[in-house]
Amino acid sequence: MNLFLTLKEVSSLGLCTIWTELDESSDLNVVTVLNCIYDLIQLHRRSLRTLENMEVEQLKSSSKLDYLQLSITRLKEQLEISKRENTGLLERERQLQQKVKSLQNCLKNEKEEMQKLQNMIASRATQYNHDMKRKERDLNKLKERLSQLLVDKKERKQAIDVLNYIGRADGKRSVWKTEKTEAKHEGEMYKTLLSDYDARQRDLVLENAELRRVLHQVKNDMVSLLHLKKRTQKGVQNERDGTQVANSEEEQEEEGFDPGKELFSVHASEKLTNSIRLQWRRLKSHVEQLDSQVSLAQVNAGKSSETTPPETHEEEVDKLKLEIQECKDLIQTQQHLLQHQLSSSCDEITSLRNDGYMLQEKERLRGEWKTLEGQRSIFERERKNFTEAAIRLSHERKAFEEDRATWLKHQFLSLSPCGDPKKPMLSNPTGASSTGVCVSLSSEACRR
Amino acid sequence: MNFSEVFKQSNQLCKVSPDGKYLATCVQYRLVIRDVNTLQILNLYTCLDQISHMEWSSDSLFILCAMYKRGLVQVWSLEQPDWHCKIDEGSIGLVSSRWSPDGRHILNTTEFHLRITVWSLCTKAVSYIKYPKACQKGLDFSRDGCYMALAERRDCKDYVSIFVCDDWHLLRHFETETQDLSGLEWSPNGCVLAVWESCLEYKMLLYSLDGRLLSTYSAYEWSLGIKSVSWSPSSQFLAIGSFDEKVRILNHITWKKIAQFEHPAIIDNTKTVYKEIEKRPAVSSDEMSLHDITVASSLFSTQSKYDISPLPVQIPVVKPDPDRANPKIGVSALAFSSDSRYIATKNGGFQVHSLNWHCSGDSLILIGKDQLCLCYMDADQNNQ
Repeated sequence: MNLFLTLKEVSSLGLCTIWTELDESSDLNVVTVLNCIYDLIQLHRRSLRTLENMEVEQLKSSSKLDYLQLSITRLKEQLEISKRENTGLLERERQLQQKVKSLQNCLKNEKEEMQKLQNMIASRATQYNHDMKRKERDLNKLKERLSQLLVDKKERKQAIDVLNYIGRADGKRSVWKTEKTEAKHEGEMYKTLLSDYDARQRDLVLENAELRRVLHQVKNDMVSLLHLKKRTQKGVQNERDGTQVANSEEEQEEEGFDPGKELFSVHASEKLTNSIRLQWRRLKSHVEQLDSQVSLAQVNAGKSSETTPPETHEEEVDKLKLEIQECKDLIQTQQHLLQHQLSSSCDEITSLRNDGYMLQEKERLRGEWKTLEGQRSIFERERKNFTEAAIRLSHERKAFEEDRATWLKHQFLSLSPCGDPKKPMLSNPTGASSTGVCVSLSSEACRR
Repeated sequence: MNFSEVFKQSNQLCKVSPDGKYLATCVQYRLVIRDVNTLQILNLYTCLDQISHMEWSSDSLFILCAMYKRGLVQVWSLEQPDWHCKIDEGSIGLVSSRWSPDGRHILNTTEFHLRITVWSLCTKAVSYIKYPKACQKGLDFSRDGCYMALAERRDCKDYVSIFVCDDWHLLRHFETETQDLSGLEWSPNGCVLAVWESCLEYKMLLYSLDGRLLSTYSAYEWSLGIKSVSWSPSSQFLAIGSFDEKVRILNHITWKKIAQFEHPAIIDNTKTVYKEIEKRPAVSSDEMSLHDITVASSLFSTQSKYDISPLPVQIPVVKPDPDRANPKIGVSALAFSSDSRYIATKNGGFQVHSLNWHCSGDSLILIGKDQLCLCYMDADQNNQ
């Protein structure tokens, strides 16, 4: 098997066959085998060579690659550097251009100024020249005059020719100039100056007093205003406790300020201005707070209702006004009703009241009536009983009296010497005893 | 309004006496005195030469007539027409002549401003004041007539001398911090003297009566400076008009600027602007406001009326020739009303010679070369 495979490979490699099945001997031809071997070795060598070459090539190309990569990185770095340089240069160029612009502006300004100065110099120069010319003309005139005077023989002197001297305007006599008069003049001059300063000082004092009064008023107004606001906002501003304490201290101090007495001391004026400044700062901060609060409220209102704050504010105000109006109307109608009822329909009220009382009375009376009825019935019964008892009693008494009478008769009869004539005595003693019995009955009845 | 007949006069010398009874006019070399109410000629005086300057004395008793060419001053009396007085300055010449406030002294300034001679009409005394300065306004009397301030220049330095007008006694003499003093003016209460530099520098100095420097004020540097100055009648404000077309008002307590008024070419911020409408195409404008009153010149015969023109109004501005000295720009005239509430200013090259308020403070008269204009202030409109 192995032999067959190798023969196949050899033939595929293109070498001459070394053994075929057709050979007579099964032994291999040495020559062909050697040739084959030689060919193989050649092949091998060739392939080794090509391998070497290829390795060399590969090394070369890898080194080339490395080299190229290095050069790429180097060039990239260079590119970066040059880009940076470029931006830097651009930046510098921009700055320089700005500088150029500013310098140009400066130059323009300087040129304008120079122009102005030149104009000024020109006008001054013309003025100077004009004055110089005038002076020169005057000088020339003077020179002419001088020469004329020197030449002129006839010198006309100054003179005054008055018919008669007139008196002074104020009628006084003129006085000689002496030291006294000089002193007097000095004194008068200083007097005028002093009176002027006095007048000015008086005006200033009045103005000052007025201004101080105004300041004081303003300060008081501000203080009162802040006090009101503080009272309404005591709960809100807890953080200002410290300042509140300080404020109360300062206010105590300020209350001692008497504008009448302390108008003229610097200390007082400083105190006043400082207190005014303090109050003003407080008022300002307060107003700012109020503003911020209002704006916050407006913002909130704006968020919820999505309408512009002034409009909602106005709407709310209108609503409140309407409510107020309604409440007022309600109060008025109620007042009217109250008055109306108070004045006109008092009876209704009393009758109602009376009705109430009447019912109560009725109830009470009914109760009493019931008790009375009960009592009456009881009394009736008792009276009946009593009358029955009385009748019985009368019957019984009658019987008793009859008995008594008969007994008495018997007694009498028994007592008396006779004792037979009972019958005729019956009628009379019965009559007498009946009367006697009647008397006793009646007395008993009376007794009852 | 009725007009009288036209009287001749020369040199615009036509003045009413301070007590308001008489009217004096000069016609060439004659002095004509008329009664103000009847315009009858009361007196006629003849002078020796053409009269250059005429002035009433403060008590309306005397009139001074100066003839500069001849160097003569003649004084005439109203009460005594026969009284005469002639002052001859001689060869020294005469440049200006004026009364002193008491009406009994005459101050003559000689030619070239060599000196001022004080002639007395009461005594034989004559006083000389040396080195007066020749400037725009070198001499001023205080309103009560007690003091006179005079600008002097010695050794290239400016001085101010204060004299007592009673006996011309030199009260104070001090140097001022100016390079070239151009003018001085007393405040109406007589306690402060305003002294200002020439137009090359904007500098205003304030001295008190006894010569102390109270304050200086300088609005800007290098450009042309002060052109006109005016005190308010209450002495509380000092108005300075300058070449930069602005008026600055200083207050008397701190001497610092409290207000500044501008004269822009386009008026936009005033209450009413009155524009004079003429038949000529050259339109002149006339504004009534707190800031500006200007009148342009126009022919006398042209019919004109005033319309309220709507704001903003563009004022025709004439650019002055920059090569000429004393350019016609800037605020050249200022006038306070008598209650110090209003100030009238004239800016630019408009042909208004003088601005004067009526003493009641509610009307203003503008006098141009050929015209005059009376402006009445309506109290309702202008109550600011």
